[in-house]
Amino acid sequence: MNYFIDTDVCVIGAGHAGCEAALACARLGYRTVIFTMNVDSIAMMPCNPHIGGSSKGHLVREIDALGGEMGKNIDKTFIQSKMLNRSKGPAVHSLRTQADKAEYSKAMRKILENQENLTIRQVEVTDILTQYDLEKLKIESDGCSKDQISNDPDNINCSNDLNDSIEGSPDSEKPRVAGVRIHTGTIYTCKAAIICTGTYLNARCLVGESITETGPGGMQRSTWLKNSMDHLGIPLRRFKTGTPARMDGRTLDYSRMKIQPGDPVVVPFSYSTDPADVQIEQVPCWLTYTNEETHEIIRQNLDRSPIYAGIIEGTGPRYCPSIEDKVVKFSEKNRHHVFIEPEGRFTNEVYVDGMSSSMPDDVQQRMYRTVPGLENCVIVKNAYAIEYDCINANQLKLSLETKAVDGLFCAGQFNGSSGYEEAAAQGLIAGINAVNKIRGKEPLILERSEAYIGVLIDDLVTKDNREPYRMMTSRAEYRLLLRQDNADLRLRKYGYKEGLITQEQYDYVCYKEKMIEEETARLKKIRVGAAASNQEILRSLGSAELKTACTLAELICRPELSYDRIAPLDPERPDLTKDITEQVEINIRYEGYIDRQKKQVQQFEKLEHRKIPAWIDYDEVGSLRNEARQKLKAFLPSSIGQASRISGVTPADITVLLIYLEKNRGKGGSVSAAKS
Amino acid sequence: MLQNNSFLNSSYIDKSRNDTIAAAATAMSAAGIGIIRVSGPDAVRICAELYVNARGEHDLQDHAANTIVFGYIEDREGNRIDEVMISVFKAPRSYTTEDTVEINSHGGTYLLNRILDLVLRGGARLADPGEFTKRAFLGGRIDLSRAEAVMDLIASQNEFARKTALAQLGGSVSESVKELRSAILYEMAFIESAIDDPDSYASDLEGYADRLDSICEKLLSRMESLLEIGEKGAVLKEGIRTAIIGRPNAGKSSLLNYLSGTERAIVTEIAGTTRDTLEESVRVRGIQLRLTDTAGIRDTDDRVEKIGIARAKDAVEESELVLYLIDASEGITKEDQSIGMILKQWKQELPSVRKCIILLNKSDLPPVTDSDAVRSFFTEADEVLSCSLRTGEGAQELGMTIEKMYHMGELSHQSEAMITNARHREAVREAYEALSMVRQSISMGMSEDFYAIDLMNAYASLGRITGEAVEDDLVEEIFSKFCMGK
Repeated sequence: MNYFIDTDVCVIGAGHAGCEAALACARLGYRTVIFTMNVDSIAMMPCNPHIGGSSKGHLVREIDALGGEMGKNIDKTFIQSKMLNRSKGPAVHSLRTQADKAEYSKAMRKILENQENLTIRQVEVTDILTQYDLEKLKIESDGCSKDQISNDPDNINCSNDLNDSIEGSPDSEKPRVAGVRIHTGTIYTCKAAIICTGTYLNARCLVGESITETGPGGMQRSTWLKNSMDHLGIPLRRFKTGTPARMDGRTLDYSRMKIQPGDPVVVPFSYSTDPADVQIEQVPCWLTYTNEETHEIIRQNLDRSPIYAGIIEGTGPRYCPSIEDKVVKFSEKNRHHVFIEPEGRFTNEVYVDGMSSSMPDDVQQRMYRTVPGLENCVIVKNAYAIEYDCINANQLKLSLETKAVDGLFCAGQFNGSSGYEEAAAQGLIAGINAVNKIRGKEPLILERSEAYIGVLIDDLVTKDNREPYRMMTSRAEYRLLLRQDNADLRLRKYGYKEGLITQEQYDYVCYKEKMIEEETARLKKIRVGAAASNQEILRSLGSAELKTACTLAELICRPELSYDRIAPLDPERPDLTKDITEQVEINIRYEGYIDRQKKQVQQFEKLEHRKIPAWIDYDEVGSLRNEARQKLKAFLPSSIGQASRISGVTPADITVLLIYLEKNRGKGGSVSAAKS
Repeated sequence: MLQNNSFLNSSYIDKSRNDTIAAAATAMSAAGIGIIRVSGPDAVRICAELYVNARGEHDLQDHAANTIVFGYIEDREGNRIDEVMISVFKAPRSYTTEDTVEINSHGGTYLLNRILDLVLRGGARLADPGEFTKRAFLGGRIDLSRAEAVMDLIASQNEFARKTALAQLGGSVSESVKELRSAILYEMAFIESAIDDPDSYASDLEGYADRLDSICEKLLSRMESLLEIGEKGAVLKEGIRTAIIGRPNAGKSSLLNYLSGTERAIVTEIAGTTRDTLEESVRVRGIQLRLTDTAGIRDTDDRVEKIGIARAKDAVEESELVLYLIDASEGITKEDQSIGMILKQWKQELPSVRKCIILLNKSDLPPVTDSDAVRSFFTEADEVLSCSLRTGEGAQELGMTIEKMYHMGELSHQSEAMITNARHREAVREAYEALSMVRQSISMGMSEDFYAIDLMNAYASLGRITGEAVEDDLVEEIFSKFCMGK
């Protein structure tokens, strides 16, 4: 007999994507079950020990602005924090923290455990069930006896009973998620499901010639879902990523490395964290370098690396290369950065950032020991490469719902991304949109001009990604507007509208917006005269004297001056908090650039807002080139803007589309009118 | 033909993929030959139904692509309409990249209309103006700047315009735009990659600002010369807007008569664009002069020009070339001094485009002044010529001077991109401004990520020329200006 449990949303996987997805659904009032292979691996950080960094810091801020958990959790558990690129413009400032991995995972687990509407289940999900599958299972309620279940996915198993049932008659309605089945046979009926299997599905780890069929960090992998995806008609592909060794920190000689301390004053990630709470004692990281000797050992043993020996089939990320890749691809460089980073406060393990590898154990031992400070290192965990099943996110809509199955959402590394922050961002959006699906509302889709999250999802869904996708500053066209310092101003409204941001939080952003506007206007209006007392102040600030009167705003624009520094010239100044004056200063100082970027956005949005109606049949669009026709049919872009980003679709094709849509404007109505 | 229109239109809207268009590609007149062009998936089928060979067989479809066949056009009842030559071009190797058929008939309005009518009845739709070229663009055969060159080629009214348009059709503009764009793209990519990996590539940015500054400087000077040459070219292509000014009786009407009457110049009357006056066009040694306000000069009844100075002011305002007549036997009068002020101001506004030739007329009479005196008084004059329009002495010099002044060299058409299209020049100007902003950011010591914003603008502006940057309504607008059948 099948055992049924009813719920609203099933989240498969409890990594960074799964946690955000499940929390969002539960917080929005829907009964949510989160399935994990092991509760001890909730929000585990199996690779590097950082949260944030270049452009990823932006993602964390945006997650927080929308009402996600990652920012709050890292504020509770970081052990070092740094604002990167401070010497550059505000667009590329980025917050990066070192996490205490164990604490991070524990803190997130606690949040999940105490979340109302949320149930945690340590089981493996074997099947995603559509309404057709469920119907069949309910009719043949004794069709699946316990002894048929095996842990070997190659054996006949329950999911095979479901084969072909998805293909209904042409008139039948589109398949939609109706439940998930777990390995015990129990079925959770639900209205939406979110797949966040990360790097666990059919994973195998490689250290040289040694291959183990496990997920990251020796965790048990998941296997069953592959058949289920086949059954749903969602093809999988194989990606690869890697991680460096963990060493016993006591065996390293830090005197041979350069200390990398955190910032003296820490800025929290979350807008809800009190800055006073994050001024903690920090743990340093250390910088050292590889050298020619290291590179020589690697070069001599390339034939023993599974990638170069051809054992690994998955495609690895270009932007997070293994040390083998770096040595081969950047052969002109005679050294590479190596950062030694603690894995937490209560462990001696350190992470060797910059030297991920899949070399055999003996090569790893020799290679690491050539690095200054690592001469006597003792490896705790070997560097390894991991291969896993994921999907091509081109099969998703911008809401992260699959095109094939209604109510089925996917997020995180399963979508072909890499990184904790990228995963969490997708998880949050998938969670929100799963709920929107259930409540019959429009999905939350952030535009490229609004958020890094918008860029991330649009890139994943629209572009031809052949390797794990990593967020990067350069991927955002309008980054001067998408700064980490204004994520709340950009996105709080959406979090509020969706129901994850409280009235109080939203009111504050509105107040902040108003104050920024008023103060900016005031500074542009108030003029400073060339009086002797003013000249004296300017001289003392090391700034040129005034020839004629000028506004306070003009003074702020002088490179040597700032909002804070000109305080003596501005006695009427209202008492405003730092987060407000920071925005005012950026607005004034970079006004011309911000205005020009806003114009670019307007131009961009014109095409973005030209929606492609659902009735479009690309076979009916004359003079489209064949390649473009195929691509457009496969991607089903929602707007002209999105269509223009599909590789293989040229500007001329876009023009064809524009002309076609213009000529057939209001076709939906006119066709029926013509018939009548 | 007309009664079929509504039927054809409705079928086309719903099935635009099966849309085949047709139009007369030659003038609907009593010409010696006329061509009907048919393009689209049904072009061959439609024409095959109308065509019979000498033995009366419908065998058009049996002929190899890109060949010419001889035969007859018959209507449905089997009546022979005309003896024709038919060329069949198969997709994508045709002008439009679609299947295309061209029916060469014995010209004439009635005959062409008869054949076109048969083609339309066969299922084709009457083409919109420029639609054949639009299809060539949409089919990826030519970029936007080349499509526009097609239009310019047809519209060309002088040798210069023809040569320039032909060079543009050959890609002269596209190529220079592509070069500029790829140089900008390279810098954009460099900055992006440096920003992405601040740890290990920060060293790459050392001294980069200076390097970029000198690259921008080079690109800017390249654009500057493109704009300058383009500006001159545009003037020549459109015809030089020319004003003839001078005091009453200085010889304005004689000059006008001379220009209209010599060198077999063709005088055409076209409606003035800026004012409600007629404009005459004359050709001097192959250069087209568009004479403004000639009515005022020809109006010989108005012996006393009360408003001479006011007229001069109006006339020069819109002109690129001023032919200024001074009566050598009277010398420089007070009025001439006033006109001199007007000319000075006019010239200062656009010194690179605006030219002034002073004609010291009536050299046959005893002179009060000479060309050296005039030259030192009117320093803004580009040339001062002494002549007698009455005797014709020295008048030939004028033509040679104009030719020299606007001589662009034969080579320039091939070796140098001539951006004569106003839309293109506007785009280059925008790119120029954007790159200037980059230099400004560098001089202000801004960090690299700020350069990217203006580099992106420059890149996008240039892309609009070739159509690589998509703009929603631009394409429709451009092709709507095309003539029928092209």
